[in-house]
Amino acid sequence: MATDKSNLQLVISGILNENPIFRLVLSMCPAVGISTTVMNGFMLGVAVLFVQVFSSCTISLIKNWIHPRIRIPTYTLTIATWVTVIDLVLAAYLPEAYAKMGIFVKLIVAFAIITMRLEMFACKESLTHSFWDGVGMGLGFMAGMMAIGLVRELLGLGTILGYDVLGFRPLLFFILPTAGFFCVGLMMGFFNYIETRYKRAKQG
Amino acid sequence: MQRLTMLPRALAVLILILLLPVLAQAEGLIAGKAFGNDHEIVVTFKEAVDQAIFIDPAHYQVYEESDPDIRLELSAVKLDSTGRTATLTFKEALNTGRAHVVSLVNLPATETFRVAKPYLGYLLSILVSALLINNFVFTKYLGLCVFFGTSKRRDTAKGMGVTFTIVMVVSAIMSWFFYQFVMKPYGLDFLQIVVFIGLVSLTVQAVDTILRKVNPVLFNAFGVYLVLVIANCVIIAVPLILANNEYNFLETFMLALGAGGGFLLALYMMASVRERMELARVPKSFKGVPIAFIVAGQFALAFLGFSGLSLF
Repeated sequence: MATDKSNLQLVISGILNENPIFRLVLSMCPAVGISTTVMNGFMLGVAVLFVQVFSSCTISLIKNWIHPRIRIPTYTLTIATWVTVIDLVLAAYLPEAYAKMGIFVKLIVAFAIITMRLEMFACKESLTHSFWDGVGMGLGFMAGMMAIGLVRELLGLGTILGYDVLGFRPLLFFILPTAGFFCVGLMMGFFNYIETRYKRAKQG
Repeated sequence: MQRLTMLPRALAVLILILLLPVLAQAEGLIAGKAFGNDHEIVVTFKEAVDQAIFIDPAHYQVYEESDPDIRLELSAVKLDSTGRTATLTFKEALNTGRAHVVSLVNLPATETFRVAKPYLGYLLSILVSALLINNFVFTKYLGLCVFFGTSKRRDTAKGMGVTFTIVMVVSAIMSWFFYQFVMKPYGLDFLQIVVFIGLVSLTVQAVDTILRKVNPVLFNAFGVYLVLVIANCVIIAVPLILANNEYNFLETFMLALGAGGGFLLALYMMASVRERMELARVPKSFKGVPIAFIVAGQFALAFLGFSGLSLF
């Protein structure tokens, strides 16, 4: 069963229609936990993109040799291997960013989004399609994280990527850890609202 | 009546046994010692001591029992008016969960003693901390996917919480054994993630198989949640934390129990609210997950109130 979407469509659907954070509601822990700035979101996004792409490719390559009954442990161990790789690389070359993300890099191994993509997509599709699907999902996750980070950083600190934009701090509440829940909830509601408006406008 | 009087006596004996090591240590110059606030150790001497000598920080050497190389810096020592109680103030906050060793040096007689909280209280404080103060869902933001997925009904919440707690405790203990006796001696620390997630998969598979054979009724009730356990970040976070902090066996058990119990607690409270919310008039675009997030945020704010709670 091959997908009939082109590579570009795969990437775009990962970012928009099947956005891991806002549409599939998966891997919420980092979205709430460390999305205080755009930079944090970007760094974790890079790590997830890496793990997703390489795990998808690995599974896609060896899909014919995996016995169906042990497929979930196989996925988990594949992901764990790639997570170890990115964990060691980040700890060695970007120690500052790594310290900010804390335990979350290691926890990528338990993100439902990656396992789900392997189960739904990579174990059935060709290598190229899996690669682009992985890129789409990774970028979608990164975009979601950066969007939340943008709102929180702008409203909490009045800055974007560390540059002072507003010149004052509108609502300090937004960079407090607890605000992650409120921020994600409000943004989801907002996107749902836009979607219903868009559909209504389309219908007539 | 007889039984009622037995209980306090048994309790008194138990407390005495627990306190025995503390009493036995109090000999020589020192009558008592305890942690004051975060920055302080309070030492009580048997008799009044020389004001000039004992307020000099140079006469005290303090370190954590596990790190004898790292001396903790004192900022001041105060003696009270009777000359018997000295308060040592430190520049940085002490990790009061750990045992500290204090030596009186450059004196005619050197004296060394240990300052530690009662061990049982320390264990319970790990449990309470994982359960309430550092609740994994509401203050560490872990395990949210499963949290929002399975908190729609109270029955589901109970099933998921109990299954999760069992798997959590078993896999954390296995991880501890593996970390202490295989990975540390052979320098395989970098394989933490692979090994820990492998052990979790193994536990889930084992519980699945055993439950299916031994108790099919229970399996029908809880079997569906077993697969979800592995997608929960908490299950892999706990082994990583215990490896990081070099916890011993009992501490590991308490942390795992607290993490599981905390998850069950969070899930059950959330499910109770969401069952009511079915009837509430929520704006259309907020129905379902978005409003659940906002409720979770309110819970998280409420749980902030537990910070600073110290029972033991």
